Amino acid sequence: MSSLPDKVRSDFPILGKTVNGHPLVYLDTAATALKPRSVIDAVEQVYGQFPANVHRGVHTLSREATAAYEGARGTVRSFLNAARSEEIVFTSGTTGAINLVAHSWGALELEPGDEVILSHMEHHSNIVPWKMLCDAKGLHLKIIPVADNGELFLEAFRALLGPRTKLVSIVHASNMLGTVNPIEDIIRESHAHGAKVLVDAAQSAPCLPLDVQALDCDFLAFSGHKLFGPTGIGVLYAKADLLEMMPPFMGGGDMILSVSFDEICYNKPPYRFEAGTPNIAGAVGLGRAIEYVLDIGFDAIWQHEQDLLEAARAALEEIDGVRIIGTAPEKVAILSFVIEGVHPHDTGSILDSCGVAIRAGHHCTQPLMARFGVPATARAAFSIYNTMEDVKRLASAVRKVQEIML
Amino acid sequence: MNISDELYRATILEYNREPRNFRTLENATHVAHGLNPLCGDDYHVYLRVEDGVVQEASFDGHGCAISKASASMMTLELKGKTIAEAKALFARFHGMLTEKADLSDDLGRLNVFSGVWKYPERVKCASLAWHAMDSALQGKETASTE
Repeated sequence: MSSLPDKVRSDFPILGKTVNGHPLVYLDTAATALKPRSVIDAVEQVYGQFPANVHRGVHTLSREATAAYEGARGTVRSFLNAARSEEIVFTSGTTGAINLVAHSWGALELEPGDEVILSHMEHHSNIVPWKMLCDAKGLHLKIIPVADNGELFLEAFRALLGPRTKLVSIVHASNMLGTVNPIEDIIRESHAHGAKVLVDAAQSAPCLPLDVQALDCDFLAFSGHKLFGPTGIGVLYAKADLLEMMPPFMGGGDMILSVSFDEICYNKPPYRFEAGTPNIAGAVGLGRAIEYVLDIGFDAIWQHEQDLLEAARAALEEIDGVRIIGTAPEKVAILSFVIEGVHPHDTGSILDSCGVAIRAGHHCTQPLMARFGVPATARAAFSIYNTMEDVKRLASAVRKVQEIML
Repeated sequence: MNISDELYRATILEYNREPRNFRTLENATHVAHGLNPLCGDDYHVYLRVEDGVVQEASFDGHGCAISKASASMMTLELKGKTIAEAKALFARFHGMLTEKADLSDDLGRLNVFSGVWKYPERVKCASLAWHAMDSALQGKETASTE
């Protein structure tokens, strides 16, 4: 067992909080991660030191804000190993990024009868934009089925690929099951059929290194707040040639070069897609969060989280009446479970009374809930700041749920 | 106070385990569906109303302990009440859920829900079936807790 949390726990001020009389055990990182002091400081620095707009000012504060904002873009480029900073578009989050692709690239490139392939384990934000586009343009959605253990049926995926497949939009790691999908294979096989691939990396970006050039994905989206950064900021990576051909999705601010009532000249990417005053402090905070993650290192993060996942799995499996949903061999540290005879919301409330914060609900994956025949699950998600003591507290709280409810 | 005293009182747990009137009412005059999309609580509420009086009430569906116990107790409370009395009871009950319990307003067995106000995220659980009942009486097929 690594000593990772001993080094990192003191970086997270909120971990000093008590909840209902107990020290906080935060197991809801899949919803949003806690923020280290360095990220909080970075956001405060923006508002305290250079609270100015970017790109258009001729004064010192604006130059400083611009340098910090574009510096963060460079940090993201390096983080993803993108070829150019121009391939990094700041968005409001993963949802904003996927909607941008649907409304811009999708509206331009997809024609009636074209097919979009999703998986059954997608989050609503990787379903709804495509369903809306399909309904608007007469496209067809095709869904990769999920096996009982939470893995994708890859043979079924291959059977779905065809000459009309234009896009495969797929989650890298499921926010409900934890399953890590073989996106390298999916991207390669999709490309062999001429389809573009969008990778939803919301859950994987905080714990797995992403190299967009090695993956050769066409689009990749992730959120800042799940990666220890601020809320309201996220990233769309897209290959430069795709961004060049994509029309703007929203108008105003930096996305134009010139405007008259007769003609508008659009800015180049990525600014073409960053209408209005951007989330400057969010971007700077995200840049700092990425530096924080890289300082710890993905090997240490992955090993620590996998140790916790394995311990939690073993601890919950020891408890009669607990069923774990999602048992794929390759998982991020997400453990969804149901307690026989107990609704997950009751589980969540009682765990909260023990100071243990989990998520209870459908996790914005209603098709996946239907697939597994449950209205909701309880979900414990582990991160760098969790400990083996947290796992014990979770198991103890689950036993208390049974004591009260059964 | 712990959560067993405030939220999961013994009576609520008992009604969750063995809900009364947990069935479809074949000769219902009023039916409505209540769904809380956030948590998946999902109930149908059935009423048989004659001469302006609730003769029978039942429910089916699934949801958390709070929602199921509340739905079950509601069906017991409604029997014999006029439509106006049913609506007035809902108003008093909802008031208890959303504000601190007013012990001078004795709601009988429903008082076991007097701790819910401390858990605002659970108010919709406790009120879902009641909203469905209210919708049914208005001739609506679906209920919203919003």
